[in-house]
Amino acid sequence: MIDTSVNVAGVVWKNPVTTASGTFGSGREFGEWVDLNRLGAVTVKGVADQPWKGNPAPRIAETYGGMLNSVGLQNPGVDYFIQEDIPFLRQFDTKIVVNLCGHTVEEYCAVAEKISEADVDLLELNISCPNVSAGGITFGTDPKMAEYVVQEVKKYTKKPLLVKLTPNVTDITEIARAVESGGADGISLINTLLGMRIDIRRRQPVLANKVGGFSGPAIKPVAVRMVYQVAKVTNLPIVGMGGISTWEDAIEFIMAGATAVAVGTANFTDPLATMRIVSGIESYMEKEGISSLDEIRGIIQ
Amino acid sequence: MKLMVESTIRRNQALTKDIFQMDLMVGELARMAKPGQFLNLYPGEGTMLLPRPISISEIDAEEGVLRVIYQTVGKGTALFSKKKPGQTVRVLGPLGNGFSPQTGAKHHLIVGGGIGVPPLVELAKQLEGTVEAYIGVRSEPILVDRLQELGAIVHVATDDGSRGFHGNVVQMMEATGAKGDALYACGPKVMLRFVTKWALENNIRPQVSMEERMACGIGACVGCVVKIKKQGETDWQYRKVCKDGPVFYGDEVVWE
Repeated sequence: MIDTSVNVAGVVWKNPVTTASGTFGSGREFGEWVDLNRLGAVTVKGVADQPWKGNPAPRIAETYGGMLNSVGLQNPGVDYFIQEDIPFLRQFDTKIVVNLCGHTVEEYCAVAEKISEADVDLLELNISCPNVSAGGITFGTDPKMAEYVVQEVKKYTKKPLLVKLTPNVTDITEIARAVESGGADGISLINTLLGMRIDIRRRQPVLANKVGGFSGPAIKPVAVRMVYQVAKVTNLPIVGMGGISTWEDAIEFIMAGATAVAVGTANFTDPLATMRIVSGIESYMEKEGISSLDEIRGIIQ
Repeated sequence: MKLMVESTIRRNQALTKDIFQMDLMVGELARMAKPGQFLNLYPGEGTMLLPRPISISEIDAEEGVLRVIYQTVGKGTALFSKKKPGQTVRVLGPLGNGFSPQTGAKHHLIVGGGIGVPPLVELAKQLEGTVEAYIGVRSEPILVDRLQELGAIVHVATDDGSRGFHGNVVQMMEATGAKGDALYACGPKVMLRFVTKWALENNIRPQVSMEERMACGIGACVGCVVKIKKQGETDWQYRKVCKDGPVFYGDEVVWE
């Protein structure tokens, strides 16, 4: 008998698989093929206190084994999200993780306060988006700022708070320790790496924003390494992500120390990726005689 | 409702040196398709992650076949061009909102630029009333015979003057005194902008099919946006080509 459930900051998911914020909308877009009941959690696209317009197009560029995006957290605001998306997601037997974004500490606190009144399970503080000029990544690259914003946001919410980290730092463990001491209940990593592509015929960057977030299978080794390093220095649960497109990838992250995993860019390559990964983990556990993922979590010394 | 199918290729042939026509056996997906909608075609090759959005050119609901016509612009479309009949390709669709035949209109104008012509073919088939097609290309027009077979009057403009009118499609429409009571267009953004201007000056509300770089094709990634200001709205918003479009009213697009 296998038990695929995991405990993420006090919230029990039926299995370790969620979606990476920004790649799955609010679930609705994929609901025609994906049985949302089969997901441990749905992590929704980032929401802010007020609607954000986002960046100009082109926002997307494919790269070898990966892609770049510079969406810039376009979102209709938290009020719309509470009204439209939560009732939709609550029809399904899955946990709801809400990704929160802001330009300033005040904006992060405002959205956290509003969403805390709503029927959601976990919050994910996005201090790592490379595509917004103020806020986002500027909080995620400075340990003091990271700790401070987490401390402040915690004052406005009782929901368990994951903090999503950027890989665009010299020492990921320093930031991880900072958000832990700020009061984070969990860590998710990695957000996208900052990347760029140039159209040599037009002699212009491909993205209107010039640079964007690099994701997909190409970044997976960086992500596994960072999850491994962070797992060694903190006791917080980790939601690992970065290029996961198969169940084998997911198991790598768990062996590196992740409690749960998020599937991102793979949702574009194969809209059924999450379903394949959930089934793959189940049959792997059955075949290997693993009754709980605790048996393999963080086994890499 | 959308379907994902592993589609068998019935035909895949070159129309010009870099434009290909592929007939896809998609079963009941074909019955759901409307002119102006598009399909995601998945390269299914490890290093190419993203589906290619390709417009539906013709619909054979009875046979369950969709025809797509695409230009080889990169590695993904080049890979499709090498596929042989009997091989398969993964298809998701139909995607987006297509053209809406304007009710009451008797004389329809369809305006296509370059690889924007294919989605207008099925539209020409389905429109009731007379159809006049204005086609603008660099030098080699496609689908002229097919549009004529469907009963459309076809005008061709070429940039290099090698055939038909020497100039762009809007200049041709002005020069020939084009007239109609509905207009549907697909092509490069700059063409759509000037077609919109022409249409509004001629009291027609144009439907234009937009294009933008996409990742998911189903409205999740928010990559493929255009600035749209709907009637009655005070400010523009970025709306998704894949889900809110690809067809928008030309007067609602914020052209820049």
